Amino acid sequence: MSKKTLYPVFPVLAAAALALAGCAQGGSPASNSSTSATQNATPLTVSEPWVKTADTGMSAAFGTIRNATDEEVTIVGVSTPASPMVELHETVMGANGTMQMQAKQGGFVIPAHGELALAPGGDHIMLMGLAKPILAGDEVSFELKTSDGGTVDFTAQGKDFAGANENYMPGEGATSVGPGHGSMMHGHSGSASPEPSK
Amino acid sequence: MSAGIEDAGMPGTGVRRRHLLFGGAAAGLGALAAAGAQLAGSGTQTATSTTALDANGSETIPFHGARQAGVDTGAQAHGVFIALDLRPGTTPQRVGALLKLLSDDAANLTQGKAALADTEGELALRPARLTVTFGFGPAVLDLVAPTLRPSWLGDLPAFSVDRLVPEFGGGDLLLQICADDPLTVAHAQRMLLKDSRSFASLRWVQNGFRRAYGTEKPGTTMRNLFGQVDGTTNPSAGTPVFERVVYGDEQVPAWTENGTSIVIRRISMNLDKWDALDRSGREESVGRKLSNGAPPTGESEHDEPDFRALNPVGFPVIADFAHLRRARPEDETQRIFRRAFNYDAAPAAGVVSDSGLIFVSYQADVERQFVPIQRRLDELDLLNEWTTPVGSAVFVIPPGCEPGGFIGEQLFS
Repeated sequence: MSKKTLYPVFPVLAAAALALAGCAQGGSPASNSSTSATQNATPLTVSEPWVKTADTGMSAAFGTIRNATDEEVTIVGVSTPASPMVELHETVMGANGTMQMQAKQGGFVIPAHGELALAPGGDHIMLMGLAKPILAGDEVSFELKTSDGGTVDFTAQGKDFAGANENYMPGEGATSVGPGHGSMMHGHSGSASPEPSK
Repeated sequence: MSAGIEDAGMPGTGVRRRHLLFGGAAAGLGALAAAGAQLAGSGTQTATSTTALDANGSETIPFHGARQAGVDTGAQAHGVFIALDLRPGTTPQRVGALLKLLSDDAANLTQGKAALADTEGELALRPARLTVTFGFGPAVLDLVAPTLRPSWLGDLPAFSVDRLVPEFGGGDLLLQICADDPLTVAHAQRMLLKDSRSFASLRWVQNGFRRAYGTEKPGTTMRNLFGQVDGTTNPSAGTPVFERVVYGDEQVPAWTENGTSIVIRRISMNLDKWDALDRSGREESVGRKLSNGAPPTGESEHDEPDFRALNPVGFPVIADFAHLRRARPEDETQRIFRRAFNYDAAPAAGVVSDSGLIFVSYQADVERQFVPIQRRLDELDLLNEWTTPVGSAVFVIPPGCEPGGFIGEQLFS
């Protein structure tokens, strides 16, 4: 009940991300992180982390969080130098039938020996106001906080991505998730339209 | 694999034929696979029969290593060559970021895995011997590692036969994507270009093909669209000659260890004019038999040609103007490794074909190996009557990388 597990910090550097990206599909958690290879129990790892590029405004980060422990782990917060305001989000169907994003109540729960995929159209890490543009290939560091005070660090690679444009519902007044205002995304920028087929 | 197909597909009794019909229709698989299942006495497909027919889809070529794949790899059925131009003002740091992104994509896709943020990741699951090979043009070397730029990296010397068009020339960055499946190639191309476009613009794309996988035994010398056996004297991968030709030796070193170079020449072939040439003329122009590529002085493809043999009226059997004689160097250092693909583009109005060869050669030193051969062909080669170089590009091929690294990292150290 009251036992506290302190989760060590696992820096999943971009270089390591390149290597472990190869383990993405069907790879066993044990083989995922080069930084934890010497440890028997890797509490939490984040593999294939990436963050959508954007010039200003909002963006989102994705990846797969794996829990190698016997206990359920709850992620309650996240921080990154890329944005002063970051939230754990889920994507749900709104009252009007469109998919909308909102803060995930209670945080992200990672089952024992399970994983949580953060993906466009699903759970994700929401960057609410970029401090500066995120460019393709940029390495953006994140720190996840668990409910018992542990932290997990990872570095996400900036990727140009046209999707992940679900509406954001902070309460009222939908805002488009920063598709960026760069030249790449001109076809999508500013559109607040939800994904039609989800 | 072929044994499995033969077992399943052996035309025989009516029972077997009926199974072929029903099996093929019902399972929606290859009819042969379904037939194999029926013969095995089961209504469901067996592991062996499907393995036999789709095995090549899961074949992978390692991406990581001291050298890049796609050079000594047995030529795949499909190849696309893409030249990109860096956007103005690109910094060395941004070139590094691009190369990391693309190396990451290539490392995943070639191993049958979706790339990061791959929106069509299912298409990556059948790699079919996919290779992605990167080349650098002069701009990348000048920007990142000017001291490593070899003197020959740039435009080739002008040849009199050239009718070059800018649409197929030059470039800062080369992506060579090859696989035995065109859908795999298209997906890899799309993924790599998506990750390139904020760094670079598309300069040209050349799509090429050989025989489909399984049509011929691997290692069979390709035929071009003139019907000629093309590439008989190519050094074989893994031999000392290949090693020396492609990666250099003390006499003719490569520009960097485990690096090589690529010359890509788009050779337009005038099939309409070729149509007017009879079979003996066709064989004489190249100096090889159309039937099997043998020299006129020999019987089989790899027989050594006898350049001194004379015909009954005293002329050389292999003519002075024959491509075979002109292309063959007297100096053994002047050799290249070819890995060409055919192209068959949409014809312009009023003609029925726009066909040719994407001539691709690898060599340690372009100036000392490729250029002397091309000079001789430029001076005299009867085949020039029907062929016209319309595109030309030269890139260095940097060494490979290990997991966690990226192609071109040596230039940044």
